[in-house]
Amino acid sequence: MLPRSQILLLASLILAGVVSAFSGNMDTYFLDVAMGVGISVVLASSLNLINGFTGQFSLGHAGFMAVGAYTSAMITTTLGPKFGWSQLGLQWVLFPASLLVGGLLSALAGLAVGAPSLRLKGDYLAIVTLGFGEIIKVVLQNVEAVGGARGLVAVPGHTNLFWTFGTAALTVYVVWALMNSTYGRGFLAVADDEVAAEAMGLNTTRYKIIAFAVGSFFAGIAGGLYAHLKGYLNPTGFDFNKSIEIVIMVILGGMGKHVGVIVAAVVLTAVQEPLRQLGDWRMILYALILILLMILRPQGLFVWPLWTKKTT
Amino acid sequence: MAALLQLDQITIRFGGLTAVSEVTATVQTGELVGLIGPNGAGKTTVFNMITGVYQPSGGRIQFRGRSTAGLRPFEITELGIARTFQNIRLFPSLSVFDNVRVAFHLHLKHAAIHSLSRGPKFHAEEEELREATLGLLKIFNLERVQNEPAKSLPYGDQRRLEIIRALATRPQLLLLDEPAAGMNPAEKVELMRLIQFIRDQFQLAILLVEHDMKVVMGVCQRIHVLEYGRKIAEGTPQQIRANPAVIAAYLGQESTAA
Repeated sequence: MLPRSQILLLASLILAGVVSAFSGNMDTYFLDVAMGVGISVVLASSLNLINGFTGQFSLGHAGFMAVGAYTSAMITTTLGPKFGWSQLGLQWVLFPASLLVGGLLSALAGLAVGAPSLRLKGDYLAIVTLGFGEIIKVVLQNVEAVGGARGLVAVPGHTNLFWTFGTAALTVYVVWALMNSTYGRGFLAVADDEVAAEAMGLNTTRYKIIAFAVGSFFAGIAGGLYAHLKGYLNPTGFDFNKSIEIVIMVILGGMGKHVGVIVAAVVLTAVQEPLRQLGDWRMILYALILILLMILRPQGLFVWPLWTKKTT
Repeated sequence: MAALLQLDQITIRFGGLTAVSEVTATVQTGELVGLIGPNGAGKTTVFNMITGVYQPSGGRIQFRGRSTAGLRPFEITELGIARTFQNIRLFPSLSVFDNVRVAFHLHLKHAAIHSLSRGPKFHAEEEELREATLGLLKIFNLERVQNEPAKSLPYGDQRRLEIIRALATRPQLLLLDEPAAGMNPAEKVELMRLIQFIRDQFQLAILLVEHDMKVVMGVCQRIHVLEYGRKIAEGTPQQIRANPAVIAAYLGQESTAA
């Protein structure tokens, strides 16, 4: 008998598969937005592991996403035409394999950035990860093999509802399961007080590295999904603004809250559609929302109970 | 028999300041030892060297015959030394239960990967740890607040919870840094009883840093006295009470000119 959490995960995967199978005659615009929402859930939940639960401050999530996006797109665009793949083989074998490789490479990048810089805390760590994100962007802009500043075009549209929501369910499960164990409570302890955590026998460096590796692994997979959803990659799509967007989802949902962050990811991604006509004003609106939130609800917008009686 | 903890001429300098200078001291298995001295004498600094927060500039620290040089704090905890802090350092956002549970970390058989697979062994171990945690909380009468966040507890309970959390690492030596600070006289009496109870129940040695003379004299078998980073006396409570150097350190030298 499986634990309830795993049954729930399995049910989500089956549901995603069934809905995906019947998505053939759904509105393509709606599908596009829905898949964008799923990718956001992956990004926000994985960043929540690093910034929320483990108390680190990464501003480089878009960079990790880019590593996964370009890796997986390169794999499908170069290996795809070879070996006479069938459409099924492309979408159900090559594509998930490319996502996995993209995720693993991104996790490796997470280790490479994380291991030397995890002695840093708070703002210092934020600056290092921000620098990493910018380096990735500039490197991609200057490597002709991946299209340089023109971007990578003609990425096949393998992303469907099953892959996005399947990944989203898996991400949420992994983060939830990691936290809900005696071992996983260590992440929260590291976030609360590193000195005390070490004194209780916790290897705080290892915890932080696991958080970074797992977080960037899923960011990389999200990148692969994004690449095969949009069909076109441009380095500027993975800049500072994208990282900030994900950070905002985590803060708005409530750092270290599972459901809150998922809700925030869904709402903030969906709400972008009607806001699109505002163009650049969108970011200003974002900033305003953040400021108001920090003043009115520092614990996060979707943290239960939604309203608590003031005790005076 | 070799001492459980052996401090051999340990010294630490911060820039030009020698905070602790050539301190030699021992703690035997199962012993209750006090470390006292006026403010700024270097007591907490000694604690921080024993637990690996600071590396001594000179001298050696041996625990169970093993040098602790170069070990990180969590590795020293693994050897069997646990501590509390002068300014309480619980995990404030975690529940009382989780504060204790997380400290069983060293004795975990499962790792990150097992929390994902969640097999029967994982559940069995989690259940075992739940009972061990509740058992500890029950001994100290904190099980009724197990689901409260640690920061919401009253001060005295927070102090006790910090001791319980340290006990969960299953130490052979427990370092208590001013456990009586901020307690009223009744709470202090209770604390003395608690310290002795812990020593007997858990069969461990305790090194106690404390300002409150009544507490120190009441529970310790042996006392080391520091002043300005140097050890000025060692002995039983009776000997320390009568030691002229100690009296001078606490009350000042009697003026000979007048």
